[in-house]
Amino acid sequence: MHPFTYVAPRTLDEAVAVLEQHGERARPFAGGTDVLVQLRGGRFDLDAIVDLKGVPEATTLDLNGSLRIGAAVPCYRIYEDSAVAAAFPGLIDAASLIGGIQIQSRASLGGNLCNASPSADGICPLIVHSTVAVVQGPQGERRVPVEEFCTAPGANVLGRGELLVALEVPAPDKGFGAAYQRFIPRNEMDIAVAGVASALTLGEDGATIASGRIALAAVGPTPLFAAKASAFLAGKPATPETFAEAGEIASTEATPIGDMRGTAEHRIELVKVLTRRTLAIALGRAQSNR
Amino acid sequence: MTQQETPVRKVPVACTLNGQETEFLAAPYQSLLEALREVVGLTGTKEGCNDGNCGACTVSLDGRIVDSCLVLAAEVDGKSVDTIEGMAPPHGLHPLQQAFLEEAALQCGICTPGFLVAARALLEREPHPDEHRIRLWLAGNLCRCTGYDKIVRAVQSAADKT
Ligand SMILES: Cc1cc2nc3c(=O)[nH]c(=O)nc-3n(C[C@H](O)[C@H](O)[C@H](O)COP(=O)(O)OP(=O)(O)OC[C@H]3O[C@@H](n4cnc5c(N)ncnc54)[C@H](O)[C@@H]3O)c2cc1C
Ligand code: FES
Ligand code: FES
Repeated sequence: MHPFTYVAPRTLDEAVAVLEQHGERARPFAGGTDVLVQLRGGRFDLDAIVDLKGVPEATTLDLNGSLRIGAAVPCYRIYEDSAVAAAFPGLIDAASLIGGIQIQSRASLGGNLCNASPSADGICPLIVHSTVAVVQGPQGERRVPVEEFCTAPGANVLGRGELLVALEVPAPDKGFGAAYQRFIPRNEMDIAVAGVASALTLGEDGATIASGRIALAAVGPTPLFAAKASAFLAGKPATPETFAEAGEIASTEATPIGDMRGTAEHRIELVKVLTRRTLAIALGRAQSNR
Repeated sequence: MTQQETPVRKVPVACTLNGQETEFLAAPYQSLLEALREVVGLTGTKEGCNDGNCGACTVSLDGRIVDSCLVLAAEVDGKSVDTIEGMAPPHGLHPLQQAFLEEAALQCGICTPGFLVAARALLEREPHPDEHRIRLWLAGNLCRCTGYDKIVRAVQSAADKT
């Protein structure tokens, strides 16, 4: 492994300055559960690693109706915060299944997003919550919807000197519910063969879907926002028939490959099943949130 | 770029290690696991995979269990680290260690320090976990020898006695 220095900035500006100076030869470092593994595997070399855990904006978890998750906040802080867990069970579904306990002590949702793996478990739940990525760089701040953040396997929209500061999750509307599920051959500690996050908001009558969002993991080059299936949900009755049809539509938006984890056909079937199931869970949560 | 062009200096690390103030020098790219074993000389923490999958390198960092292969030594400056070496009281064994012996919860033993450190963290939080909870909590620890049943039983037995 190429020797690198360890930089621990105390402010956002300092972090941006170091990243800008080194360009591709430096990377932010949150939990390190992806970047250290990739460095050791020889995927790339770095001259500097920039630890964000000393930067206040990246390490605060702030619930105030909406939820602001600092980019370096580890998963356990999200699911052990009872108020956050009660308000955002659809995010907890992901935060509590990334790796095992040791990984959850370190791994962040920000790192999960920036790493931009197609099979990342954290990204689809953020997408269905309409989360915005707050980015800081040499030119100041910009905001990017999470569904536009990943551009290819392992690639994202960040330019030279830019870093993710936080994830802003809007306050859930009355009647909103969300859920995430993945399929893996084991019970835990594995990479998703396919995953689906679903969200819906019930209308005034409590029986009709006012709006919905569906996102798919591990069935395309990046986590995918299933635009057609999402649009289909609006105005439909919240019934198993609707959920099954949404699953059929979502499966046409998936572009999976076959690999050692599963065939493309298997992944298509999984999208149908997981869409149905996550919509049903989201409905239950929506009903208890009215 | 070659190594000569980018001299990388060692960094001083001061932490509380098993309750004692400890200082050492580590390369900035060195893992906590490597620093513990090769700089500090505490070899109880084991290396299995060196990529976060096996849990053999589990230590407690500011009270949370982590894979020390995925922590940089430089990060623990000012923090508190607890390893297997700090588990037993001065005379005798920790109840979990005793239970692992009595239940024969180890064979080759390379996974054992990681399981013990992880299980201790569980029992400190939840003194009486059920079998499902124990298995889920220990999912980040792999064992190639025992088949896990005896490990789970040992944790249950230690929990029953406390
Ligand atoms: C044993 C094991 C099990 C795992 N299980 C799962 C799983 O079940 N599901 C899953 O989705 N993933 C899993 N992972 C992958 C990994 O743990 C997750 O992707 C995790 O969320 C990454 O977060 P991190 O904070 O550790 O990221 P890091 O490794 O610190 O960073 C990841 C990448 O993002 C960049 N980065 C980090 N923060 C920022 C920022 N603020 N701005 C810009 N760039 C940034 C880094 O430079 C790096 O390229 C697993 C990994 C291991 C080792
Ligand atoms: S050696 Fe660290 S998890 Fe395997
Ligand atoms: S006893 Fe050999 S790996 Fe667990």
